[in-house]
Amino acid sequence: MTAAAPGDCAVKPGRIKQCVAAAARMLRTTAVRLSALYLALFVGSVVLILVVVYRTTAGFLTEEIGETVALEVGAFQDHYTKYGLPGLVDLVRGRSAVVNNNAIYLLTTPTGAVLAGNLSRWPDVALSDTGWIHFKVADTSGVSNRPSTAQAMTFTLPGHFRLLVGRDMSELDQLSDRMVRSLGWIIAATAMLGLGGGLLVSRGAMRRIEAINRTTRQIMAGDLSDRVPRFGGGDEIDRLAGNLNAMLDRLERLMTGMRQVTDSVAHDLRTPLTRLRSRIELALIHDTDDAEVYRGVLQDSIGEADRLIATFTALLSIAEAESGAKRSDFTAIDLVDVVQLAADLYEPVAEERGQRLAMEIAEGVAPQTVVVRGNGQLLAQAVSNLLDNAIKYTPEGGTITLRLDGAAAGQAARVTVADNGPGVPAEERPKVLQRFVRLDAARASPGNGLGLSLVDAVASLHGARLELSDNQPGLRVALVFPADAKS
Amino acid sequence: MDMKVLVIEDDQQAASYLAKGLKEAGHVVDVANDGKEGLYLAGGEHYDVMVVDRMLPGRDGLSLVQVLRAAGNDTPVLFLSALGSVEDRVKGLKAGGDDYLTKPFAFSELLARIEVLVRRRGAAQPQTKLAVADLELDLLARGVKRAGKPIELLPREFALLEYMMRNAGSVVTRTMMLENVWDYHFDPQTNVIDVHIARLRQKIDKDFPTPLIHTVRGAGYSLRAAS
Repeated sequence: MTAAAPGDCAVKPGRIKQCVAAAARMLRTTAVRLSALYLALFVGSVVLILVVVYRTTAGFLTEEIGETVALEVGAFQDHYTKYGLPGLVDLVRGRSAVVNNNAIYLLTTPTGAVLAGNLSRWPDVALSDTGWIHFKVADTSGVSNRPSTAQAMTFTLPGHFRLLVGRDMSELDQLSDRMVRSLGWIIAATAMLGLGGGLLVSRGAMRRIEAINRTTRQIMAGDLSDRVPRFGGGDEIDRLAGNLNAMLDRLERLMTGMRQVTDSVAHDLRTPLTRLRSRIELALIHDTDDAEVYRGVLQDSIGEADRLIATFTALLSIAEAESGAKRSDFTAIDLVDVVQLAADLYEPVAEERGQRLAMEIAEGVAPQTVVVRGNGQLLAQAVSNLLDNAIKYTPEGGTITLRLDGAAAGQAARVTVADNGPGVPAEERPKVLQRFVRLDAARASPGNGLGLSLVDAVASLHGARLELSDNQPGLRVALVFPADAKS
Repeated sequence: MDMKVLVIEDDQQAASYLAKGLKEAGHVVDVANDGKEGLYLAGGEHYDVMVVDRMLPGRDGLSLVQVLRAAGNDTPVLFLSALGSVEDRVKGLKAGGDDYLTKPFAFSELLARIEVLVRRRGAAQPQTKLAVADLELDLLARGVKRAGKPIELLPREFALLEYMMRNAGSVVTRTMMLENVWDYHFDPQTNVIDVHIARLRQKIDKDFPTPLIHTVRGAGYSLRAAS
């Protein structure tokens, strides 16, 4: 990534385009978007708070002024009652003389001539419903020399003399002025704090996501060993990292498995192919007129080719079962059928070898009672492979048991094949499920080492467990179908 | 039994091996190397059986057979395919195929299968009794007699004998028996069929002067009156 540093943009005009692109890319990031959203919310709340504060303060001030004016009016009325008009004129003059307060007074004759007060003439406004008048004072003396709003109460005295007592409201105007002015600052500061904080907070999260991105890119480039860093704490991003790592572990295991299989395939197909090729080549070199020699070689070659095809087919079946694609065409499979058919097919084979094949169906299990969702052919092949193995490794006189158990705790069904042959030592058991693995004891007998691998793959496809245990003596292999496999 | 066979296979070498083998077995063979040519030949002439590769350039084997079936052509079809999974086979049969053989296959297997397909087409309608020489099989009473003497058979032995008698005179391979009698569409590692045939021979042929079950080397077995 060639992100331009902000400094570069000012220095090199040629890089402006790149800078614009970088800025645009930056604007698209989740960090910036989230910060902008928070900022808007933040500024909005601050403005709201200021408005509420202003209104509350302004209301309080107005109320206070109203009370003061009312008190003053009361005092004027008392004075008028006691000393008459001249007394009132004196009082108004006296009060008007006080500078630096925002009180407004005016006493006029019935003709409108000013008797006393600090207002040049009677304001030309109508009385409002509240008994107050609001007007602009442009030329008050002793108050403020700028035009401001005033609020006052008026009275008509006997003889049509008129009295006005009010207050210049410029204090309130100043308050709102100050508030509007500081509002700008507050918003600016809020914006800075919000944007900075938002970026800081989201950058932290985004840096972790970027770390995940970096790992992903590394893996795409082919390095499967890399893992997403975890920060601890178990939040969503940590859980995402954990899941990704688990997925990667699984992928790596699969890849390793694949590599092993490819190696084994190469070995187990190359060896017979080499045999096949040398046999044919030798026959050609060994020039003879005896057609029987050639016939023999051809027959051997077909045998070898057939074994190769069988190995290949078995590998394909395993791959098919492992891919899990067949799950889509699962049908209801009666395991009683599967077991009976297999027993029926292998019973004469065992007998021919001097073994006994016993089929046991657990008590209470009848046709159509043990039905699982599955692939009939693959299940039949799995059971057939197990019987094949058992017959192959059990000595003459031995007994092979094929048993079907129905639903029990944690299982929908269990198919067991047990023999009393040499068995498999506990430490070797996981090994025999791997492809092409043949224990030393088995090397002498025919087979490709794929039988149990296929059974294992079929078991996984059906969500079933493959259990290998000691039959004392012999091997016992059980296919345990989980409770939810029931159809 | 001479048959007229149409082979539709895009691999020219494979097609010519098939044609050569079929001709040597006494059949008349036409070869088409793509679906279009195959459809043209199949529409214009009468064949006893068609061998169709599933994956063809131009028009694939499945749709070719669907078109033929839709047009009322009911010539038996054997599909050849490199796709061997169960659902591939089911798709082939659903499209109108009568049998399905996965590559690579033994030529004897192909020959046995198309002969059975043609014979089955000519067979009479539902029978209740099958007979070959002095061997009789009663499908209703589920009884078997040879030279009038009842023979006790296990259910699966009965099914195996029934399958062989229905295809008497033809070669039936081990794979065909596994598919038709056990519904096993895979080859078990052991030669299980040979053991079953040996048992059947014990009961059918052992006490009689002329054997009816014959081994066909490199192919399978055949049930017929004389060798």
